[in-house]
Amino acid sequence: MSGPVIEVRDLVRKFGPRTVLDGVSFSVNKGDTMIIMGGSGCGKSTLLRHIIGAMKPTSGSIKLFGEEITTMPQTKLEQLRLRFGMNFQFGALLQSLTVGENVALPLVENSTVDPEIVDLIVKMKLELVGLTGFENLKPAEISGGMRKRVGLARAVALDPELLFSDEPTSGLDPIMTAVIDRLTLDLTRKLDMTAVVVTHDMTSAFRIGTTMIMLGAGKRAGTIIAQGTPDEIRNHRDPEVQQFIKGEPDGPVPLKLSPEDYIDRLLGHPRQKGVDY
Amino acid sequence: MSLPEEFRTFFSLNGSILYWLFVGPLHGQPIRLSAVFQQMVRIGVQAFPMTTLTSLSIGLTLAMQGAQELSRMGASSYVPNLVAVTILRELGPLLVGVVVIGRSGSAVTAELGTMKVGEEIEALEVMAINPVRFLVVPRFLAMLIMLPVLTVFGNYIGMAGGWTICHFTLDMNTAAYIQRLLEAGHPMDLYSGIIKSFVFAWLIILISCQAGLGVSGGAEGVGQATTSSVVTSILAMLVANAILTALFFFL
Repeated sequence: MSGPVIEVRDLVRKFGPRTVLDGVSFSVNKGDTMIIMGGSGCGKSTLLRHIIGAMKPTSGSIKLFGEEITTMPQTKLEQLRLRFGMNFQFGALLQSLTVGENVALPLVENSTVDPEIVDLIVKMKLELVGLTGFENLKPAEISGGMRKRVGLARAVALDPELLFSDEPTSGLDPIMTAVIDRLTLDLTRKLDMTAVVVTHDMTSAFRIGTTMIMLGAGKRAGTIIAQGTPDEIRNHRDPEVQQFIKGEPDGPVPLKLSPEDYIDRLLGHPRQKGVDY
Repeated sequence: MSLPEEFRTFFSLNGSILYWLFVGPLHGQPIRLSAVFQQMVRIGVQAFPMTTLTSLSIGLTLAMQGAQELSRMGASSYVPNLVAVTILRELGPLLVGVVVIGRSGSAVTAELGTMKVGEEIEALEVMAINPVRFLVVPRFLAMLIMLPVLTVFGNYIGMAGGWTICHFTLDMNTAAYIQRLLEAGHPMDLYSGIIKSFVFAWLIILISCQAGLGVSGGAEGVGQATTSSVVTSILAMLVANAILTALFFFL
C-alpha cells in the first residue's frame, strides 16, 4: 500500500466557545512511530480520540489507510477498527473479566480462532508485557502499571497494523518502561507496525520515536508548534519546545506570574489606580 | 439532556437492540448466550429471596385486610377470590417490578455507568465490539425472561401468604382455598399479569441501560444516573400499569 497510514488535514475541534484543536495537520507513514507531545490539557488525548473515530471533528479531514473516517458510516468504521489497536491511558480493562479474558476479548469477539489457540495467543501476549501467570486475576487485583501493560497486550492481541498508545509508560518503573519501549520498537521495526504514542516521558519518546509533533500551550494551544524527526526536535529553535524536552520549570511557559499579574488574578479584575496593594 | 432528546435516545436504543437481536446474528455477530445466562442469574435468580419476602407479606396483609372487611358482611369465604384477582392482575407484577427495579435495574445502571466512566465502553467500541450487542442485549433478554418468571413465582407465594391467613384464622381447609382460587382466578387474569410484566421488563431494562450508558462526570454522575433510573423506571411502570389495566378493563 502506498501513501501515509494516517493523514490529518486542518483538524479543528471546538467544545462550545473553546477551541481545543486548531488546524492540526500531519501524516504518519507505514512503519513510523510518531510521538505526540505537549503539556497537560493541550489536546493530545482529544487528538487521539479523533484519529480513532471516537469523536467527530468540527471541521477538517482524517484519513486512516487512505480512507476518510470523519464521514464514514459506523459499520465501515468498525471494519477499519479491526486493523488497529488502542492502548488506553489507564488500561480501560473490563473489570468483570479476568486479565486473560480481557486479552482474549478481541480474539473471541472478532475472529473465529479456536479456543485453544486463543489461550495460546493470550499467553504469548502476556509474556510480551511480562505478565505471565496473571491470567486468572481480576483487573482490580493488580497494580495500575500492570493494568496498563494488560491494556497493551490486549491492544496487540489481533496483531494490528496500527497501534495507538496513550501514555504507555507513565507510572511504570524504569525497567518496565524500557521493556515497553523495546516492545514498541520490536513491533514497529520488525513487524512494520505503525505506532502513534502520546507521552510525557522524554527518554522514552526519543528512544522509540521516528517522527514527533508537539502541541503548544497557552496562546498556541491546539496547534502544532514543532514537527520533525527526533534530531530536528532536539535542535528546535522554539524556546517552548526546548523548555519541554529539557523539563525546565520556567521559560516561555511561565511558572510564576509577575507580582502585578498575580495581584490582578487574585482580585479577578485589574488593579485600581492610586490604590496601594 | 432535554426530554425530547431522552426520548430520541430511548427509541434509538430500542432500534439497536432489535438490530442486534435479529439482524446482527445473520451477519456473524451472534447473541452472547453465556452472558444472557450470567445476567439471568444476576438479574433474576438472585432476586428470588426478596421477591418471596415481598409477595408473602403482600399475600398475608391482603388476606388480613380482606378478611376484616368481608367478614362484616359475612363474606369471609370470598377472601381467596380477593387475593387471587388482586395478586394476579395488579399487585403481583407491580411489586415484583418494584423489587427488580430496586435491586437489579439500579445495579445495571451503576455497572454500565461505572464502565462508561472507566473508559470501558470506549475501549469496547475501539475493539470493534458494539456495546449494545455486548452489554445491553444480554441484560435485555435476561430481564425479559426473568421478570415474568419472577412474577409467576411471586403470584404463587402471594397466594400461599393468603392461605396462611385463611387456614389458620378463618378455618378454611386447604382444598377449599385452592378450589376458591381456581374458581376466582381466570386464565385471563394470569395472562394480563404476565403481559404487564413483559412490558415492565422492557421499560425497566431500557431505562436502566440508557441511564447507565449516558453517565458523564465520574462517581457523582453514576450516583445521579442510578437515582434517576430508579425514579424513572417506577414512574414509567406505574403509568404503563394504568394504561394496561385500562386496556384490559375496556377490551
